[in-house]
Amino acid sequence: MTTESTTKVEGGGDIPAAPAAGPIPANPPKRRRGGRWTFDKVSFMAVFLGVPLIIYLGLVIYPFIQAVHYSFTNWRGFEPISQADYVWFDNYIYLFNDPKFMQALGNNILLAIFLPLITIILALVLAIVITMGGPSHGNVRGIKGAGFYRVVSFFPYVIPGIVIGFMWRLLLDPSAGFVNGILTAIGLEQFENFAWLGDARTAMPVSMFVIIWGFVGFYMLLFIAAIKAVPAEIYEAVRIDGAGRFVTAVRVTVPLIRDNIQTAYIYMGIMAMDAFIYMSALNPRGGPQFTTLVMSQELFNTAFGGNNLWGRASAMGVVLAGVTLAFAAVVFLVNRLTGGKDTVKY
Amino acid sequence: MSTDTKAPLQSERTVKWSAGDKAFATFSHVVLVVWALLVVGPLIWTFMTSFKTSSEIFASALSFPQELLDGRIFENYVNAWTKGNFGTYFLNTIVVVGIAMVLVMLLGAMCAYVLARHSFPGSQLIYYLMLAGLTFPIFLAIVPLYKVLQSLPLPWAPGQSLLGTHTGLILTYVAFALPFTVFFLYAFFKTLPDEIAEAAAVDGAGEWTTFFRIMLPMAKPGIASVAIFNFLGLWNQYLLPVALNSSEPKYVLAQGIARFASQMGYSTDFGALFAAVIITVVPVLVIYVLFQRQLQGSVSQGTMK
Repeated sequence: MTTESTTKVEGGGDIPAAPAAGPIPANPPKRRRGGRWTFDKVSFMAVFLGVPLIIYLGLVIYPFIQAVHYSFTNWRGFEPISQADYVWFDNYIYLFNDPKFMQALGNNILLAIFLPLITIILALVLAIVITMGGPSHGNVRGIKGAGFYRVVSFFPYVIPGIVIGFMWRLLLDPSAGFVNGILTAIGLEQFENFAWLGDARTAMPVSMFVIIWGFVGFYMLLFIAAIKAVPAEIYEAVRIDGAGRFVTAVRVTVPLIRDNIQTAYIYMGIMAMDAFIYMSALNPRGGPQFTTLVMSQELFNTAFGGNNLWGRASAMGVVLAGVTLAFAAVVFLVNRLTGGKDTVKY
Repeated sequence: MSTDTKAPLQSERTVKWSAGDKAFATFSHVVLVVWALLVVGPLIWTFMTSFKTSSEIFASALSFPQELLDGRIFENYVNAWTKGNFGTYFLNTIVVVGIAMVLVMLLGAMCAYVLARHSFPGSQLIYYLMLAGLTFPIFLAIVPLYKVLQSLPLPWAPGQSLLGTHTGLILTYVAFALPFTVFFLYAFFKTLPDEIAEAAAVDGAGEWTTFFRIMLPMAKPGIASVAIFNFLGLWNQYLLPVALNSSEPKYVLAQGIARFASQMGYSTDFGALFAAVIITVVPVLVIYVLFQRQLQGSVSQGTMK
């Protein structure tokens, strides 16, 4: 077993997963009967590959390519695109001079820095506490009630993102919300009508908290699975050498599941570049002074908000895709440069 | 497990709890209990509030429901279900997600099977195209996608485009869930033994028969794992319906919640909004609790491959 595992666990196309570690081996096992082109074989290949690929190419790949095409025009979608003018890089130049879009880009970058970092640290702490909370003699033992904590932790992940957003908007309501209810109940009167999502100082951190709340449990489960895949002998050896729990966690566990952490980092970063659902549920108009506005919201409003600036919206999509790829590349590079590939074999 | 480590510690079968162990266990429990409360607290409060009237909700955040308790306990739910149209949205979501699930699992399994067990020119290209679908954001595709659906006719209703129809939405769901499904099942089909398929071929089974009668049943565990994640992903999908499915009677639940909340002035029926949140959450939560063993299995399968 190597640590080369590429995790593919994220669901249903909503959140795109990370690039895999390597291409499919060029030579799948050769089948003996591969040579003859019988009707059975031809119809089989045509249907089995043809049908999925037509849907996929038509509804995913073709739109991706068209988005780049649109981004060079001032098309608004009403007339055929052949009648639109090619403005080439004008849309991009406009975007990079548009303070609102640049602020949205900055907000996305903030999210991409903090969301993966905090989510993964919290998920790691919880995973370590659950898997290593038992007695230190004998085999590594999990904590009592681990099953219960695991089930509960995963709850937020199964709740639709849009519902998480609205639920927290209700929870954070200045006067009727749970959060201020609790805070005033324990004597913090200054929060009596505090608008967490309406104050430019708190809107962004609170939005981050909500997203983190939604994802920690999922990554915790992922890390628990990874930690459990580490052979018990390693932990016993470390223990016999006299390492304490903290040292074991930081020096042994974390390096051993490093590739899982990298995968999680990329998933979470890709999510942070989108963040559309959460942000548009928490603050549909971008929040106080646009402190929670993200690129995806700007894109959506530009395209479908009434002005139909499809060319400009497509340029935003290209920028969004570019930043997402750049983020994934940076994570790969940092992991590689800090020795991610050579220190973690067992 | 540790068969060959003859550590002296192992000989004592009774579990010893040293002082350090106890301290760490206590610390761990405190951390986990705080976390569990942070997860469950908001859910319980939302559930409790869904039984309060709007005026009760604004009177006090932490009070227990009272007014509705005598006889009208489900009033908010009835309002959400009927006046808020959540009955319709619920049905729409089940139809769209259900059909999309069946299609994507079938097409994904077919595609993954061919890629995993047959060699042919161009398979590398297909791999990279799938990878692109996993990496690029849906937002890149959303504007052209609108146009593509608008230009495709609905087969059984000439003159009507796929845009704004459940058929169009289902096909889009299938297309965007396909790469994840193919990647996961590709790895799974790779692990299945060759011998059985070969035996079937010797017995005269063609490609079609081999797949549907032998390989597909063998892939059941893998298919179940992917299906759970696809279900969560599609049930939670928001961007695609909100951009492509804009006529209100065809809304899915996620859109229904958004519509409800966007009308959220101080005149809205807040109680019904809370009830709507619960209506949307409960089905997935129930499915999760029922299938959580399989789901946790899938997560570990994903990590360990």
